[in-house]
Amino acid sequence: MSSESTLRIVWIYPDLLSTYGDRGNMLILARRAAMRNIPVEAYEIRSDQPMPSSADIYLIGGGEDGPQALAAQRLIADGGLHRAVNQGAAVLAICAGYQLFGHSFFAKGTKCPGLGLLDLHSDRGETRAVGELRGDIDPRLGLPPLTGFENHGGRTHLGPGVSPLARVTAGIGNDSQTEGAWHGKILGSYSHGPALARNPAIADLLLRWAIGADSLAPVDDTWADRLRGERLAAAGA
Amino acid sequence: MPLRAKVATSVSKTAAALSRAAGRGDGSVIGGWIGLKIDPELLNHLAGGRAIALISGTNGKTTTTRLATAALEVMGRVATNSFGANMPTGHTSALAKAGSTPFAVLEVDEHYLARVIDATEPRVVALLNLSRDQLDRAKEVSMMAQMWREALANHPDVRVVANADDPMVVWAAEGSGHVTWFSAGQRWHDDSFVCPQSGHPIERANGDWWCTGCPLRRPQAQWRVEDEGVVDPRGDWHLVKLQLPGTVNLGNAATALAVAAEFGVRPIEALPRLTNVASVAGRYAQVDRDGRNVRLLLAKNPASWLEAFDMAEQAPTLLSVNARDPDGLDTSWLYDVDFSPLRDRPVLITGDRAYDLAVRLEVNGVPFRHVRTFDEAIQLVPAGRLEVIANYTAFQDIRAELDRVL
Repeated sequence: MSSESTLRIVWIYPDLLSTYGDRGNMLILARRAAMRNIPVEAYEIRSDQPMPSSADIYLIGGGEDGPQALAAQRLIADGGLHRAVNQGAAVLAICAGYQLFGHSFFAKGTKCPGLGLLDLHSDRGETRAVGELRGDIDPRLGLPPLTGFENHGGRTHLGPGVSPLARVTAGIGNDSQTEGAWHGKILGSYSHGPALARNPAIADLLLRWAIGADSLAPVDDTWADRLRGERLAAAGA
Repeated sequence: MPLRAKVATSVSKTAAALSRAAGRGDGSVIGGWIGLKIDPELLNHLAGGRAIALISGTNGKTTTTRLATAALEVMGRVATNSFGANMPTGHTSALAKAGSTPFAVLEVDEHYLARVIDATEPRVVALLNLSRDQLDRAKEVSMMAQMWREALANHPDVRVVANADDPMVVWAAEGSGHVTWFSAGQRWHDDSFVCPQSGHPIERANGDWWCTGCPLRRPQAQWRVEDEGVVDPRGDWHLVKLQLPGTVNLGNAATALAVAAEFGVRPIEALPRLTNVASVAGRYAQVDRDGRNVRLLLAKNPASWLEAFDMAEQAPTLLSVNARDPDGLDTSWLYDVDFSPLRDRPVLITGDRAYDLAVRLEVNGVPFRHVRTFDEAIQLVPAGRLEVIANYTAFQDIRAELDRVL
C-alpha cells in the first residue's frame, strides 16, 4: 500500500459492522500513533472491495445478525484477512466482529460458520447483556482493568487455543466469568463500540504489536484516566 | 360522537385539567391515557370530521409540526400536540382539549405512524427522515421504513409529502399514489449507505443519489430550499424569514409549506405566520442571563447534533451530555458525530458524561474546557451569545437551571 515505515490500519466493512461508534477505535489508534510520530494510513474497506492482506492492524466492529452473517461469508470468500493474520497482523475484534472470528456463531436463529481464527464458538444467551462491563485483564498482557459497555445477546465459549482477555468483575462478557479472548496478536471483546476510548492501554498494546516495540513514549491521558476512574467506579464492586 | 366517546372525552379533559392543577405535568399525556381506557376508539372518534396532517420522522418533527400548524391557521382553528407528546395518548389529549376544530396537525412518533394513520385517516402524511436514534440500531432504520411503506400501501388515498433526499423515506413513500417530494437536504448518511430495496450500495454526488443495484433513485423535488428561501412547485421563489436558526429549519419550513399547500394554503399566505414562530417547546429559546444571551439547542441523536452545529453561530458553545434512561445509557454514539465544526469556537463541556465528551473532543482535535455547572459556564464566557447544545435530559437540566417554564 505504501512505504514500509508507515503504519497501516484497516477498518473492516464499516458498511456492515458499524453500529455503535465503532469508528472511534480507528480514530484513537491513528491519534495515539501520530502522537508518537508514527506515520499512519487508515483505510476503510467496504464489503464490496477486496480485503488487503498487507496492513498492520485490522479493526472489526459490531452489528446486527444479517450484516454479521454477510460479513463472515465475504471475509471467508475473500481470504485476505486470513492471509494478513497468518503474516502476523494485529487485530481488534468487537462484539459481532469478535463472534465471527470464532468457529461458529448464531445469526437469525441459524448457526453460521465463522473465520476460525480464534478457537471459540458463540451461541445465544437467555437474556441480553446490557450495561457496564469490567474485568481484570490477563496478567501476561500487563494491562490495567478493562472497562466497557456491553450490549449483546450472545454467549461465547472458549476453546483451549485461546485465553480469556479478562476475568469479569462486573457485567457478563462471554459467560459472566470470562470476557473476550486473545491469541497471538488477535484481541476479541464484548466491550462494544469505541472500546479503546476507555482502554487506551489496549490501543497502545496493538500499536506495540504492530511496530514490534516493547514500549511507547508516554502521552497525556488525563481525560481518559478520569473517564476510566468514573466508569470503573460506576460498574460497582 | 357515540355516548361512550363523549364521556371519555369529558373525563379525559378533566383529568388533564386536574393534572395541570396539581402541578403534575402539562396534562398532555394523562388525559389521553384515561380517555383511551374508557373508549379505546376515542382517537378515531375525536379525529372524525377534521382534516388532519400527520408529521413523522426521526428529527425535526416537533418544529415542522409547529410550523405547519402556524401555516394552516390561515384556514381556521388547528388542533395540535404542541408539547411533543407524540404517541396516541398525546394525540387523544390534544384533540379532546382543542374541542371541535376543522383542522389538526399532529406530530407522530415514527414507531406509531401506522396505528395513528389507521385511527385518524389523515388527509396528509409528511415523512421527514429516518436515522438511528440513541437507543436504536442501524437495522431498525430499514425496518421502520418497511413499516411506513406497508402503512401507506394500506391507505392509498392519503397524500404523502416526503423528503426526496433520504433514500429510506423515498423507498417508504414511493409506492404511494400521491406523493409530493421536497428537498430539505440530508446531512446524515450513515444509515442509508445500503439500499433498503436491493441491499446494494447507494452512491451520492452533488445532492443526487441512486442505488447501484436497482432503479431506486432520488426523485425530482417539487419543493426545495434555495438561498434564504423556498422554491414552490410552480418554480416561484419565496423569501423565508424565520426566527428559528439554520438551514435545517429552512428545510422544515419548506416541508410545512408543502403540507399546507395540500390544504389549499398558498406560500404567500403562510409565510408571515412562519416568521412569528419564536421557539418550539423550549427549543431555540433565548434567555438573557448576566449579559449573556443564551440559546438552547436540543440534540438527541447523531443526525441532530450535526444539525445543531449548523444552527449554532460562531460563538462560545456549551455542550452537555447525560446518559440517563431517556438518553440511552450508552455514549458510544459520540463517535458517530464529527465535532470538528466546533474547532473554531470556544467550547465548554458539562453534564453527567462530560468525561466521555472530553475524550471524544480530544480525539477530534477540538479544544475545550470542563465546567461543573451551567453558572460556571456563564461566568467563563464574555457578554453576548452563548450557544448551548445538549441531549435530552441535559437539556431539561439546563432549562430547570434557567428556571424557565416554557
